[in-house]
Amino acid sequence: MNDFSLWDILRNLLLALRWTVALSAIAFVGGGLVGALLLLARLGGGPFFDKAVALYVQLFQGTPLLMQLFLAYFGIALLGIDVSPWTAAALALTLYTSAFLAEIWRGCVASIPKGQWEASSSLALRFGEQLRHIILPQALKIAIPPTVGFLVQVIKGTALASVIGFVELTKAGSMISNATFKPFVVFSCVALMYFALCFPVSLLARQLERKTHGRRA
Amino acid sequence: MEFDFGAILVDWRMLAKGVAWTLGLTAIATVIGMVLGTLCAWARASGPAWLRWVVGAYVELIRNTPFIVQLFFIFFGLPAAGVKLAPEVASVIAMVLNLGAYSTEIIRAGIESTPRGQIEAAQSLALDKVQVFTRVILPPAMKKVWPAMVSQIIIVMLGSAVCSQISVEELSYAANLIQSRNFRAFEAFIVATLVYLALSILARRLLNWLGPRFFFGR
Repeated sequence: MNDFSLWDILRNLLLALRWTVALSAIAFVGGGLVGALLLLARLGGGPFFDKAVALYVQLFQGTPLLMQLFLAYFGIALLGIDVSPWTAAALALTLYTSAFLAEIWRGCVASIPKGQWEASSSLALRFGEQLRHIILPQALKIAIPPTVGFLVQVIKGTALASVIGFVELTKAGSMISNATFKPFVVFSCVALMYFALCFPVSLLARQLERKTHGRRA
Repeated sequence: MEFDFGAILVDWRMLAKGVAWTLGLTAIATVIGMVLGTLCAWARASGPAWLRWVVGAYVELIRNTPFIVQLFFIFFGLPAAGVKLAPEVASVIAMVLNLGAYSTEIIRAGIESTPRGQIEAAQSLALDKVQVFTRVILPPAMKKVWPAMVSQIIIVMLGSAVCSQISVEELSYAANLIQSRNFRAFEAFIVATLVYLALSILARRLLNWLGPRFFFGR
């Protein structure tokens, strides 16, 4: 059997870390786009879309991400499309992220005082103009800290893609641990790498939050 | 493409057993995790500097790593250091540590919002430190943060689906077992997902009902 040095372990984990970062980025950007569409549908689409988006959010927030991944993996296969774990994971995490971001952003829009809507409509602005010039610029400021905070959840969520066989950091950790019989060392390194990725983002979110609250006070 | 949900529902006994495990693990983790979170919140609010630092490190470490990695570390990693655990025990420990870290922050937020005057008033009534904390600071703090606490408990329950990966026979393990016997993967996971959805709705109602009766008076 090969003898793995700590450096071999670290090097292989770092290579796999790229895929964790890539999957997080896709899910976050894709989820942000879909989430923005959902938000618009909810704000301007009348009671039907309001209900439909609320249901969508409830479905993703009330079920395990693991099940969502399984459903994406086996569901796309049912359509007769040959699906890779990569595609299934990207799709499931994008939809998961979109649901949470849509809900976070809806809260931010809801926190804009009603007078802002009324004042802008009394200036004869149409719905789109109200959003663009009055509501969204204000909501955006409040939305940034929790959005950055949610990025941490997305990064941690990508670890579940390991279960459907996508080789990112966690899956690589399992494989290396099986090959080296050093689970303690390997999973410590895996945990530290996630920490190194997530902790700065958490700190940034907290700092942004302090700034926003400071400005409001 | 046709669906056959009957093939899944025939095995309802396995699903029911899975539900029982999911709820059982969650219930134990909730009780111990909240006690842990309360102790840590107290330590962080009024403990010595070194203890505050240790609790802070614990909270950040848990909140910035995935649950599945915490679980694998406890189940696969610790035996190498001489601590061998049954899958169910490892799952409970992971869930407790996870909920403990999040509830530390949640409860701390509640504690910090207690007006200083209330604490001083309690002290002037000659209540000791523990009494002040458990009778004056904690009940209104819990009341304020209970909705966040309920959400976190449900997140932990949904997260416990991952425990199937170390062969704990909870709900998603049952779904996996059923689909491995009849190859109806999509149906099996749809059913399990809907059951999870029902569980999270029911758990929210139950906890919203329990909270006021149990922790902070009506």
